Amino acid sequence: MLSIKDLHATVDGKEILKGINLEVNPGEIHAIMGPNGSGKSTLASVLAGRDNYEVTSGSVTYRDQDLLDMEPEIRAREGVFLAFQYPVEIPGVTNVYLLKAAINAVLKHRGEEELDAMSFLKLIKQKAALVEMKQEFLYRSVNGGFSGGEKKRNEILQMALLEPHLSILDETDSGLDIDALKIVAHGVNALRNDQRSMILVTHYQRLLDYIVPDYVHVLAGGVIIRSGDKSLALELEEKGYGWIESQADAA
Amino acid sequence: MTSTEKELTSLVQREYKEGFVTDIDADTLPPGLNEDVIRVISAKKDEPEFLLQWRLEAYRRWLEMKTPEWAHLHYAPIDLQDISYYSAPKQKQLLDSLDEVDPRLLETYEKLGIPVDEQKVLAGVKVAVDAVFDSVSVVTTFKKTLSEAGVIFCPLSEAVKDYPELVKQYLGSIVPASDNYYSALNSAVFSEGSFVYIPKGVRCPMELSTYFRINAMNTGQFERTLIVADEDSYVSYLEGCTAPMRDENQLHAAVVELVAMKGAEIKYSTVQNWYPGDEDGKGGIYNFVTKRGACKGEGSKISWTQVETGSAITWKYPSVLLEGDDSIGEFYSVALTNNCQQADTGTKMVHIGKNSKSTIISKGISAGRGQNSYRGLVKVLKGAENARNYSQCDSLLMGDKCGAHTFPYMEIKNPTAVVEHEATTSRIGEDQLFYCRQRGMSEEDAVSMIVNGFCKEVFKELPMEFAVEAQKLLGISLEGSVG
Ligand SMILES: Nc1ncnc2c1ncn2[C@@H]1O[C@H](COP(=O)(O)OP(=O)(O)OP(=O)(O)O)[C@@H](O)[C@H]1O
Ligand SMILES: [Mg+2]
Repeated sequence: MLSIKDLHATVDGKEILKGINLEVNPGEIHAIMGPNGSGKSTLASVLAGRDNYEVTSGSVTYRDQDLLDMEPEIRAREGVFLAFQYPVEIPGVTNVYLLKAAINAVLKHRGEEELDAMSFLKLIKQKAALVEMKQEFLYRSVNGGFSGGEKKRNEILQMALLEPHLSILDETDSGLDIDALKIVAHGVNALRNDQRSMILVTHYQRLLDYIVPDYVHVLAGGVIIRSGDKSLALELEEKGYGWIESQADAA
Repeated sequence: MTSTEKELTSLVQREYKEGFVTDIDADTLPPGLNEDVIRVISAKKDEPEFLLQWRLEAYRRWLEMKTPEWAHLHYAPIDLQDISYYSAPKQKQLLDSLDEVDPRLLETYEKLGIPVDEQKVLAGVKVAVDAVFDSVSVVTTFKKTLSEAGVIFCPLSEAVKDYPELVKQYLGSIVPASDNYYSALNSAVFSEGSFVYIPKGVRCPMELSTYFRINAMNTGQFERTLIVADEDSYVSYLEGCTAPMRDENQLHAAVVELVAMKGAEIKYSTVQNWYPGDEDGKGGIYNFVTKRGACKGEGSKISWTQVETGSAITWKYPSVLLEGDDSIGEFYSVALTNNCQQADTGTKMVHIGKNSKSTIISKGISAGRGQNSYRGLVKVLKGAENARNYSQCDSLLMGDKCGAHTFPYMEIKNPTAVVEHEATTSRIGEDQLFYCRQRGMSEEDAVSMIVNGFCKEVFKELPMEFAVEAQKLLGISLEGSVG
């Protein structure tokens, strides 16, 4: 699915990613944890193709294609989805309009028939029910005045609609109350199958109780310093990052 | 400028498709302005004496006036002695059917997508069109259908001869010749325009539309439109305009007057697409326009909707005098300035009658080095008990070289008035575009979607067939097809 090899990236001339290696196979869920400022969101942005993030060396292969060579919208249409840590507001544009434009862009790219208003509405109502989102949110402007938790839920609604091959969730659990966390986890699990892969960026092991990962990685100082299974997250919860960071420094 | 901003500005830099020139023999006056020129124009139009005198009086007033300098606009002055005040394609006078119109003229309108053939319809709707080419009207469609309903829709030059009493009564009654520098100039030299009269109780059976085309070089266009809606009548009127791309600036100074009697409603929509000049600000139309309507009677209503995308300079304040009790004035505006375009536009709402109400929705979009100013006056006179105004002025910026300015003025003389003003400024952010692209939309579609969302409240006021043109003009696709 995704193969990241020795990825280095700079932002405004400052090197943030310093040699990331990561293999994600179809159906796998990888959790990425790590201290603030370690480069987790940067990695997500580089994978999604954000401007101003310059890849200085390394490669990223996605479903047998060179991901770094694609425009952001092509990556999206090819099934790469990023749930943003801070979803932006777009005044004047209704949520439902953006959602319809998004699904139709994907369908068109695949050479499939675009959805008309009727069939789209039917589909989106079904997806909204999945993440227990009230219909009024569909008709408000994109993230306009949404609470932090509502914005995150809206990201999951989009993911549920687009059914991406690779989803990158950047701290989707932050700022969620416990009920919302369960709803989001439910949405994610409903999408989970042996073909779809996910990268979950999180600070809290609690999310991993609901979405059980296959692997847990620790990103610090722009490199992955430790990988393990779910138990690594529990260990981190108990001991913090200090102990692996000092181990990594020693090594 | 970041790469995103560069892409952004290039997106709004659409080609000006209307910039072609029609090669046609024209009867054009040599450049220059004096009393003799005015006499020649009047004679060419075979006008009654009263009108010639009216023109000369306006000319004398104009000579004493100065160009207004209070607007937030910077431009090289136009030498008014260097332009021609009359240019008409050579053709037989008084055409009764399309067959007699020069095919090159018909072709021009065809190319512009203007239905001058009654068999052809615009976006599935029948619209009566008065096509004005430089200083004359080329053709007016559906005259017969309209006259059966009692509606008069004809070139002003024809109305002067056929309905002199109506013209005499209303011409200059709302915008007196002496109102301002450009209205005085227009009154002296106006060449063509449309005249509309809707009789008592009649709902005009179709949209009326005038399409203005400047073709000739070094000419100014000075059209004049007069619309009178008698008691309890209704009319929706559309105005469109384009010009060829030329390196020198051309002057367009129009006057529009609207009169709404008791219970009457006039809806006036404009999609202004004069040539804006090139990327470096070379050429383009100077658009100095005076538009004003009077809600004369109780419960009358005048609604201005404008989409201003063209012109190098726009100076325009469609206004409403709310004389009648319970009368309503509305102003909905989208103004786009790109490259070196400058717009200083807004409205005046003058509350005179009791319970009069006005709404102002202004959306300014600035890109490139464009400068966009909203200038509005809400005036409530002493006798205007319970007047209400709501104003909303929003600005959208693309890139960091453009500007948006808001100049709201208020003069409130009655303590019962309720006046509300809201203003916002936002920028199309790189983060918004990236968000949309991450959801699979192209950058172009994302900009369109955001701009369209921004203009939504104004677009919904446009008649359907015009809304389509307006979206095309802003290079955007219509939102609201769902939900
Ligand atoms: N434009 C920029 N110029 C300089 N440094 C930047 C820029 N953008 C990000 N950085 C830096 O890059 C580093 C990594 O940021 P990133 O957002 O990837 O961290 P993160 O791991 O997601 O942190 P958090 O857990 O707080 O979300 C930070 O030190 C940040 O300050
Ligand atoms: Mg982050």
